[in-house]
Amino acid sequence: MTGFLLRRLLSSLITIWFIATATFFVMHAVPGDPLSNEKAVNPEIRRHLEARYGLDQPVLTQYGIFLRNMATGDFGISFTQQNRRVNDIIREHFPVSALLGVVALVIATLGALLFGALSAQFRDRWPDRTIMLSVIFAISVPSFVLAALAQWGILSLNKAAGFTVLPVAGWGSWRHLIVPAVVLGLGTMAYMTRLMRSSMLEVAQADYLRTARAKGLGSLRIFVFHHMRNALLPVVTVLGPAIAAVTTGGFVVELIFSIPGLGRYFVQAVQQLDYTVIMGTTVFYGAFLVLMVMLVDILYGLIDPRIRVGK
Amino acid sequence: MLACADVYLAEPMSDLLAALFRLSLLLLPLAVLADGAVDHERQRIRLTLSSEPPNLNSTVTTDQISSFVLSHVMEGLLTYDASNELSPGVAERWELRQDGATFWLRRNARWSDGKPVTAHDFVFAWRTAVDPKTASQYASALYPVRNAERINRGELPVTALGVEARGDFRLEVTFERPTPYFLGLTAFFTYYPIRQDFYESRGERYAADADDLLYNGPFVLQRWVHGAHLRLRRNGHYWGRDHVGLYEIDIPYITTDTTAIFNLYQAGSIALAPLETETLRDAVRLGFTPKLFLTGSIYYLQFNLREGRITTNRNLRKAIQAILDPAVLVNKVVGLPGNLPSDSIFPTTVKGVELPFRTEYPAPRPERGLGLARHYLELARQELGLERIPPLVMLVGDGPRANKEAEYFQQLFARGLGLDVRLDRQTAKQRLDKMSRGDFDIVAAGWGPDYDDPMTFGDLFASWNENNRGRYRNPEYDRWVEIAATSPDPEQRMRAFAEMQRLLMEDVPVLPLYESGNVYLQHPQLRGVVRAIFGGDPNLRYAYVAGEDE
Repeated sequence: MTGFLLRRLLSSLITIWFIATATFFVMHAVPGDPLSNEKAVNPEIRRHLEARYGLDQPVLTQYGIFLRNMATGDFGISFTQQNRRVNDIIREHFPVSALLGVVALVIATLGALLFGALSAQFRDRWPDRTIMLSVIFAISVPSFVLAALAQWGILSLNKAAGFTVLPVAGWGSWRHLIVPAVVLGLGTMAYMTRLMRSSMLEVAQADYLRTARAKGLGSLRIFVFHHMRNALLPVVTVLGPAIAAVTTGGFVVELIFSIPGLGRYFVQAVQQLDYTVIMGTTVFYGAFLVLMVMLVDILYGLIDPRIRVGK
Repeated sequence: MLACADVYLAEPMSDLLAALFRLSLLLLPLAVLADGAVDHERQRIRLTLSSEPPNLNSTVTTDQISSFVLSHVMEGLLTYDASNELSPGVAERWELRQDGATFWLRRNARWSDGKPVTAHDFVFAWRTAVDPKTASQYASALYPVRNAERINRGELPVTALGVEARGDFRLEVTFERPTPYFLGLTAFFTYYPIRQDFYESRGERYAADADDLLYNGPFVLQRWVHGAHLRLRRNGHYWGRDHVGLYEIDIPYITTDTTAIFNLYQAGSIALAPLETETLRDAVRLGFTPKLFLTGSIYYLQFNLREGRITTNRNLRKAIQAILDPAVLVNKVVGLPGNLPSDSIFPTTVKGVELPFRTEYPAPRPERGLGLARHYLELARQELGLERIPPLVMLVGDGPRANKEAEYFQQLFARGLGLDVRLDRQTAKQRLDKMSRGDFDIVAAGWGPDYDDPMTFGDLFASWNENNRGRYRNPEYDRWVEIAATSPDPEQRMRAFAEMQRLLMEDVPVLPLYESGNVYLQHPQLRGVVRAIFGGDPNLRYAYVAGEDE
């Protein structure tokens, strides 16, 4: 187990290094100049700005400095917000995205387990058809449409109720969180529902279910402990990438619901060619994704004793 | 596992849920009060911003959002009154001369920690702004002050700057050259005061958070949660606090999504909402009355006149001028009220001697028509010795409106003149980069005024101006710019600007399209909002919340 963990850790570090390096060189290859502004500046100012961000050095030297700083966890200062450190931006905004993502994922997972199991149980009958139709809808409608629809829904609800049932946008309480989290989690929920359904159908044929029934166990107990638990594995597999997708993919939802998450900074940084913020957020998200995949690998072994890590 | 627990807890859980639900219903009416766009009792309004202020350090900031926030929490020597005229700020009186200016500071102007605002604070701020080490992209705003440009280029020490404190309450400014519009500049954010001891105590973190900034304006920034929330409160130390209407400006929403903004307005959560084409339609349908405001910015097509470019041919440019009617563009393509078709690079909001400049010197209208355009094109072909004009590269932005306009130009030039226009769509930084490198034939661009004088547009096409992205070089034009820059006689200056206006129409280095307008909604109880071209917009210094039945 320890050997496995060490090996995984090493390969994770190499992955993160690769992400950082690729991003660094692609970013510098993108045409455009992070220091350009609507107003042209004189060469002296330009020289000082370049020196401040180390842009006066050759790209390879910059890369070396970047790697050294990255090793100490320092991503420098932002180009657009010149008095904020990239580390502060991540520290202040990632928890928001993470909270939103975790709630979205909990909603998505619970929903997927419930709907997937239901639709397998009632295969080819109306609950199954209704759920599968909704799944197609949730997968194919992009999140900005869903978000706008949801916001319009809140507005209509508030108008009908005559008072603010849920806030239209903003951040600060659980009431601000609930609708964005559902919108954000919907796509993942739909995807996982399909997985859960097919996995349930597959397990339904297994011998151990017949054995359990023959032993006279209660049907609820069989359903939950024997059927669902064994059907969980494929769902857990996608959980790692799903966590990353949900916590990092909230840009549109964050924008429409005015939520101060990291997603917005990430996208704006790319548009503004804010080198330090691009590097900081990409490396951070990359490391996060790698960590999640590693955790899922470990979780595997806990759910299915046949898969023992390290073999 | 979870599902199982749910089953066992089914009964007590539903009771608990019901109780929680009842509790949440009890709490809801409180939420209604907290959501108000306006509050007469507390004189509080709620607003939204499209992004958080990128930088509140007045010496280096460049953007409109920072300018809006700074203009409410800071104050320069002069400021703007409720009718948008210059009025006393920290300075209670002043004297403007050819070679400089003297400002007498009021003794009751205070920082938010109670200490007086002195002439030294201005000297320190201005020196910091022109110091090349500060690397301020707006340092050029201070160039009218003697030696500012040379200091900024690293040729002189900052102490050589032509500004001096004579005691605590008198500020002497020496000019580089006569600057008749200097008073307006002192209301600009680069000219705001900064107190040295505070600035130095914060170091790199100056203005990074609400308590890393010292305020001398009508409001203070009481709370700043990055990316989420700003709250401005009336400044108890402000000398004119008795004339500030609002007690609190609360900004709990930060989003660029226009639909979300309109939804917030409809929900009664915000008091001001900018509109775009789609939301305008909904707003009118729902019975709201939009307001209009000219921002003072101008949009235009600029031609690349660098050597080797086909657009150096004047007749080709004349052909495009003759076929493109700004009125059609504004009414048929932009389709948003408030935008004003223009034949001049000087917007109608620019002041002349007595009246608006454009009233005193109406823009000459170029002759237009398809036949004329084709005639010019034929001349261009002959001069260039070409059978066919090669494809033209048009550099444009990537927003929805920029796209719509670009496609209109492409189709218009193709149908009318048989010109092949290749669109080069770029995001902001890439577009700027290509503009400054001259990697285009035509670029769709815009310019907003930095100070209240026609020069802010006029010198844009001077041969020495770095912002002259098309590299238009005309000694006659340069001469008029020199005259306007140095002449003490307002009449002569305005005549010079009129000559520039004429030259631009004749030479067509640039094709003015329209003055940009804003369409927005304003809560009926919110009064006294001043929409401002200079000094931070909207200006809420004189705003207040009227009672519901007023």
